[in-house]
Amino acid sequence: MRVDVLYFGTLKDLFGREQQPLDVPDGATVELLLSLLRAQTSKQSDVWRTLAVAVNRDYAGLSTVLHDGDEVALLPPVSGGMQSGCEA
Amino acid sequence: MRVELGRAVIPSAQVLDEIKSGSDGAVCVFDGIVRDNTRGRKTLFLDYEAYEEMALAQMRKLAAEATAKFGVRDVTLLHRLGRLEVGETSVLVVVASAHRGAAFDACRWLIDTLKKTVPIWKKEHFADGAVWAAGEPFPGEIAAHKDAQG
Repeated sequence: MRVDVLYFGTLKDLFGREQQPLDVPDGATVELLLSLLRAQTSKQSDVWRTLAVAVNRDYAGLSTVLHDGDEVALLPPVSGGMQSGCEA
Repeated sequence: MRVELGRAVIPSAQVLDEIKSGSDGAVCVFDGIVRDNTRGRKTLFLDYEAYEEMALAQMRKLAAEATAKFGVRDVTLLHRLGRLEVGETSVLVVVASAHRGAAFDACRWLIDTLKKTVPIWKKEHFADGAVWAAGEPFPGEIAAHKDAQG
């Protein structure tokens, strides 16, 4: 089956793209998808320890089972709102 | 309830005027603006981008949750995307309520929760380069890692 992977923020730079159709085994979980993607890049990044995943626009856990045609977004820690850093 | 994600300038004063109603005793406003520096490094401008469909859905959910949780009358939640200059409003939270306590609490909860859970990112542009801002860690129930803290 095939899912549509979306990259945002620093992950977009890491993979050099915003979107990628990806073939995964039937019954694949979010965890398996992440390990497949991680193997695609040789670059080390802290983002793998800190990201969240959304399936069809809802946050999803590692054990979430994927289905054909799912939209899977890889989300680095969010930084909307105003700037952080100096106010803490 | 008004929730929007867009590229137009956020008209803070107008939003504040429009939300007021006869039963309100308080309107609490959080107007997040672009600062001229991050940790002393001079900021030229910021570029905001979002997973737009999900961000808008999450913002709507937060506005509805705040209304229920704090018992406030009305909430406006606006976030701007694209290039923002120093001094411009990036996010506006306005809460109208019969009493100030609930208005303050809801306003604070909305901006704090938005900053941790709504999929929006910013790239900070400085005189000597640009970086994706380090976001706040995702809350534990959202993070997709077994060892994630949050």
